Amino acid sequence: MAWFSKEKKLKSKGGPVEAQPAPAKKGEGIWNKCDGCAEVIYKADLEKNWNICPLCGHHEMMPVRRRFDLLLDPGTFQELDADLTPQDPLGFSDAKKYKDRLKATAKTTGLRDAFVSGTGSIGGHPVSIGSFAFEFMGGSMGSVVGEKVARVIDRAYERRIPCIVFSSTGGARMQEGIFSLMQMAKTSAALNRFRAVRKPYISVMLHPTTGGVAASFAWLGDVVIAEPKALIGFAGPRVIEQTIREKLPPGFQRSEFLLEHGMIDAIVPRLEMRDKLAQILSLLG
Amino acid sequence: MLKPTFALDFERPLLALQSKIGELKELSGGAKVDFTDEILKLERKARKLQAEIFSDLTPWQIVQLARHPNRPYTLDYLKALFTDFVEIEGDRRFAADRAIVSGFARFDGAPVLVMGHQKGRSTKENMVRNFGMPRPEGYRKARRLFDLAERFRLPVLIFIDTPGAYPGIGAEERGQAEAIAVNLEVMSGLSVPTISTVIGEGASGGALGLGVTSRILMLQYAWYNVISPESCSSILYRDAGQAKKSAEGLKLTAKDLSGFGITDETVQEPLGGAHRDHALAARYVGEAIRRHLAQLKLLSPEQIVADRYRKYRAIGVFTSDE
Repeated sequence: MAWFSKEKKLKSKGGPVEAQPAPAKKGEGIWNKCDGCAEVIYKADLEKNWNICPLCGHHEMMPVRRRFDLLLDPGTFQELDADLTPQDPLGFSDAKKYKDRLKATAKTTGLRDAFVSGTGSIGGHPVSIGSFAFEFMGGSMGSVVGEKVARVIDRAYERRIPCIVFSSTGGARMQEGIFSLMQMAKTSAALNRFRAVRKPYISVMLHPTTGGVAASFAWLGDVVIAEPKALIGFAGPRVIEQTIREKLPPGFQRSEFLLEHGMIDAIVPRLEMRDKLAQILSLLG
Repeated sequence: MLKPTFALDFERPLLALQSKIGELKELSGGAKVDFTDEILKLERKARKLQAEIFSDLTPWQIVQLARHPNRPYTLDYLKALFTDFVEIEGDRRFAADRAIVSGFARFDGAPVLVMGHQKGRSTKENMVRNFGMPRPEGYRKARRLFDLAERFRLPVLIFIDTPGAYPGIGAEERGQAEAIAVNLEVMSGLSVPTISTVIGEGASGGALGLGVTSRILMLQYAWYNVISPESCSSILYRDAGQAKKSAEGLKLTAKDLSGFGITDETVQEPLGGAHRDHALAARYVGEAIRRHLAQLKLLSPEQIVADRYRKYRAIGVFTSDE
């Protein structure tokens, strides 16, 4: 962990998370300071390298749609359920009304909520696939995200094809209260039905995957893979530190730590992900 | 009735009045002076005051009632409503977790699996019960018992009362999130009737980890949500002191959840809250469970799975362009 000189401050919690500033805001302009080695690099170089630092290999977050460009066979991605739009069932507001926050976030991200999904193929294998958009309110899960995840699973069930979900989230979205909590039950129930078709469900945990998403479908993969150095766990580090009143050991809740404890199946670097997925699909698909 | 050893702020005027009534009754016992009229008048006043206080509780007051230290816990309902209880403690993986109590028992004479979060009343008890905050072992013990309930065709009756799953180093190392996730899926697929009753606090994944049931019942003064008001306010306002405000915004009361169609029934509490009359509270809970269990028993195993799947698959509020 030595090169991990600067820990990212995550506002993740046992369950939900407050909206995070979209990562796009960070390093606005043409330079980017690497979270791994603290070197300042040309932003275009970083993006060309799928947001992996060319100097130290640190995996920066990546805007959601780039994930499909990287992984799917060219031209095969067909986005679905893009029209699902969040509502405000609680009439929630803090510093800002939840409704206004949704509108503002939709404007800056070009997304309606924190999940993009559809179908495509990987190495010729058709898959039902979806990915969280951390740039949308910290990738938090409310009704729309839960529904889209469930539909990714349902589609895989109906078409008898494998499904893959990429998670990057602080957990359930507190602005939708009990509805967010129940998305954990909904997605897990959908998965339980899906198991009968004997097709693989692969869960890939990106940085970070915590709270209610970790504690539901993200950890229910037949195969659970993580990107290197991703923060993964139930409670966020800040909550644990407050509870036990001591500093957490370095590397705690990172991918490597989880692999060591037998809690995930493999760590796969971003640029090797496509081949690894294709390999698993050809073995189990 | 339990002796009130602890009173919430808004309970105090009522308790003061009731203790005065008690004193007058004691004096009347001597029969020197007749206080009957006085007592009747004060009792009327007390009833009116109680009705006033409890007709208009704020969400924050309800959260406080849900946490009342004299409130009946899982073991209280277990003693009142079940017979023949055999506690089953082993997760066969790592440790016994006493934040969850579980075992086989009889409800109305028929064998069931009964389980619930258990808080402690004293500091010593809370050390054992970990304040009702389970570690992964608790969820894994539950999972093992769900499998047995399925095999032995036992209905599953659950009591939910937790401030959350325990956020500690060991809990994370041993896969707290995974343990909860597995339970959500396993519970969603059980082909026996399952009923959960939120009797106090229903905080987030720690509650839901025992809560994916065919029916969800909720006591009148319980709360259930994705996050506790304190955690919510420390995220939103960086100040846990704003919990009162968060309690309102989160919509966490039985009335809210029933309005959203999340819960299947709100179970009425005795006047002044379940802590004022454990026996009556248990009777109301027992009646509600009995009613829902009778309905679920009419369903075939396949129908039970389908019914539960439909219930959870349909939860969510959103629009689409079509």
